[in-house]
Amino acid sequence: MNPQHVISIRFYATIFGALLVLTLSTAGAAFIDLGGNLNTIVALAIATVKALLVILFFMHVRYSSRLTWVFVGAGFFWILILLTLTMTDPLTRDWLETTIGR
Amino acid sequence: MSDFPAIHAHQFDDAAQQHEASWLGMWVFLATEVMFFGGMFLGYLLYRTTYPQAFASASNHLDLWLGTINTAVLICSSFTMALAVRAAQIGQKRPIIIFLVLTIVLGAVFLGIKFTEYHVKFEEHLVPGSAFAYDGPLGSSAEIFFSFYFAMTGMHALHMIIGLGLLTTLVVKTARGRFSVSYNTPVELVGLYWHFVDIVWIFLFPLLYLVGRHLR
Amino acid sequence: MNGPIEERRQHYLNVNYGLKSWLLTTDHKRIAWLYLIVVTFFFFVGGLFATLIRLELLTPQGDLVQAETYNKLFTMHGVTMIFFFLIPSIPAVLGNFLIPLMIGARDLAFPRLNLASWYIYILGGLFTLAAAAAGGVDTGWTFYTPYSSIYSNTHVALTVIGIFITGFSSILTGLNFIVTIHTMRAPGMTWFRLPLFVWAHYATSIIFILGTPVIAITLALVALERLFGLGIFNPELGGDPLLFQHLFWFYSHPAVYIMILPGMGVISELITCFSRKRVFGYDFIAFSSLAMFVSGQSVYASMIFSLLSMLVAIPSAIKVFNWTATLYKGSISFDAPMLYALGFIGLFTIGGLTGLFLATLGVDVHVHDTYFVIAHFHYIMVGSAVMAYLGGIHFWWPKMTGRKYPEPLARLAAVIIFLGFNLTFFPQFVLGYLGMPRRYHVYPPEFQVLNVMSTAGASILALGYVLPLAYLIWSLRYGAVAGMNAWKARGLEWQTPSPPPTDNFDVTPVVLQEAYAYDVDEPEVIYASEKAAHV
Repeated sequence: MNPQHVISIRFYATIFGALLVLTLSTAGAAFIDLGGNLNTIVALAIATVKALLVILFFMHVRYSSRLTWVFVGAGFFWILILLTLTMTDPLTRDWLETTIGR
Repeated sequence: MSDFPAIHAHQFDDAAQQHEASWLGMWVFLATEVMFFGGMFLGYLLYRTTYPQAFASASNHLDLWLGTINTAVLICSSFTMALAVRAAQIGQKRPIIIFLVLTIVLGAVFLGIKFTEYHVKFEEHLVPGSAFAYDGPLGSSAEIFFSFYFAMTGMHALHMIIGLGLLTTLVVKTARGRFSVSYNTPVELVGLYWHFVDIVWIFLFPLLYLVGRHLR
Repeated sequence: MNGPIEERRQHYLNVNYGLKSWLLTTDHKRIAWLYLIVVTFFFFVGGLFATLIRLELLTPQGDLVQAETYNKLFTMHGVTMIFFFLIPSIPAVLGNFLIPLMIGARDLAFPRLNLASWYIYILGGLFTLAAAAAGGVDTGWTFYTPYSSIYSNTHVALTVIGIFITGFSSILTGLNFIVTIHTMRAPGMTWFRLPLFVWAHYATSIIFILGTPVIAITLALVALERLFGLGIFNPELGGDPLLFQHLFWFYSHPAVYIMILPGMGVISELITCFSRKRVFGYDFIAFSSLAMFVSGQSVYASMIFSLLSMLVAIPSAIKVFNWTATLYKGSISFDAPMLYALGFIGLFTIGGLTGLFLATLGVDVHVHDTYFVIAHFHYIMVGSAVMAYLGGIHFWWPKMTGRKYPEPLARLAAVIIFLGFNLTFFPQFVLGYLGMPRRYHVYPPEFQVLNVMSTAGASILALGYVLPLAYLIWSLRYGAVAGMNAWKARGLEWQTPSPPPTDNFDVTPVVLQEAYAYDVDEPEVIYASEKAAHV
């Protein structure tokens, strides 16, 4: 549950500051060619950190019950299932040799 | 700040049960929203892996300054929303209203910038449909990028508009003294919703605006 | 059973009268009735489409309707039956009515949201009926792109918007059930004392929550493509038609579990009551519900698809074994609900096994898109799910109305339905195996005999469905008055008067026993009551 844990304004401001810094970083990092898929990975990693900060502190999940964590986790787990399992199709289309329609 | 006893709806045994149910209910709803946007993220993922150059090239047509400013604006609105929830937790009526109004203003600024971007895209013939015109051989796959751009940011904007409506309702209710230290659940729940909408944008920003900046 | 005195007692049906008291109700029991009326309506609408299909298929030529019209008929039959009957029926009618009663609560967690769910369903239904009235849609209920998104000239957008809207009805119902089951169980009602009906609805609700939004956004994208030219599924732009299929089936495969899990929950209740025995392997059945929801996810390489379809057979089989084991050495009575339950076990076994044939790649190559598939899923959706729904309606009818239905007529109807059903759909297994493809209004003449048998069966089945409609309505006025526990069943819902008072229990029950304690003679031992301490 969320037992009315009151967070200080300063702490919120720190999180806010971190989010702004991360935003500027990701925009800046986008211009540097990191090679291969690294740009995408870095951008998504930064986005994930930002999302976690919002979830844990702005949404109070850090201070919530285990049941809340299960519900939050379920949602993200499920979207991961959607993305990864579905992508097995386009990523494996080239794997099987076929003489039809090539 | 009016201080009324913790009342609860008749189906609940006490205020604590009502609060727990409401809190869980909002998280279940947010799980559905994750899956709702998830379908579009899947489509995006599929086409980006299939047409990487088209996506990179098309992405560079988006205004990076406006996108970054908007991201900062939305994060700021999450900050003010968190402060509004905090004020509700300690029962301070005026700060609740101030922070809610700030959140609304920032949200409106976001939407204003967004619709300006849409307008520019319309002028540049980058809205998918019969009027779409893209210079370069990657044209048709670029149209797919812009389809996702409009679908995803459009759906996000729709959620923001709904959020602004919810926030306005909260301002009115706060002004009427409906909330107190013992009862501020609606503020909390709208906060969760608003933060979620922020998180969606946190992912949309790099996926839409930052695909090919390093390839220019 | 004192007739006049019962009638003077106040309960949820007579507490107030008038259209407004029904249309603005927040009582989960009244909302269940609102749903009952509309899903019955849509059941007969879907049945009408089925009638036209079966009439056309009496002859090998396309002589009743044109091909395009036939396409619209099977599409509208599928859309109506799946989205407006099968998915809502048991959860929105029986789930809504019973879940608070079964867990000892006064209502669901969010009663007004419950009413909103009904209105959302109505709105979606109106859109879809409007599409039907305007000329229908011919894409198949699966709406595959690019036909549905670009080339079809029928009312696709209107229909998918209707389904989109109705999806939110399910989502909100699922949300309500999950929160209610988590937070509002009576004292002593631990998770493992919950009736299996509740477990089944919990698992179903998870699928509602996690799956329905995906089809919602998918259909929204199709509508956007049709209305605004957004080119996500357009092959001319490089769009991938398979993307639609992945998104569509990410919901629709779990959706078939939405359609069967609640029915399985009903069957667990019926089998245990009419064998007077605890359910064999309670834990296994509870967990198998969750396992079905997990392993039912649709996947992409055929091999994985095949494997997961086979895996999902395991929890299904566990359930069938456990129900059968519950019957063993039980004291069995053959009231109408039990007839439906026994029919379910047999027909579900056939449907499930034929599902395994379809999951076997080598066989599937041969019978894919034939009447074998149609027979398979109708054995599950009609032979199982609809029978479970009817069994549940009959079983809980005394609780919902305070009246008994006429038992001999009900048993007759159950038998007619069982026979009519098998005559309709068993020939279709043969037809499919012999090669008759689905979704065609014409067929080679050598298939006619089997098709005529199927249509004959359908007319018997139709009679079977009309009978309960008639005698259940009749019983509202003329049925024998039922007491609190018409079947001497276990379960909290039977510990409150029939019909229940608006707040379900005059005092909050405290649960002291496991579920299905049929080995205990005195129900009073199972529940103690404490004075409800709510405001």
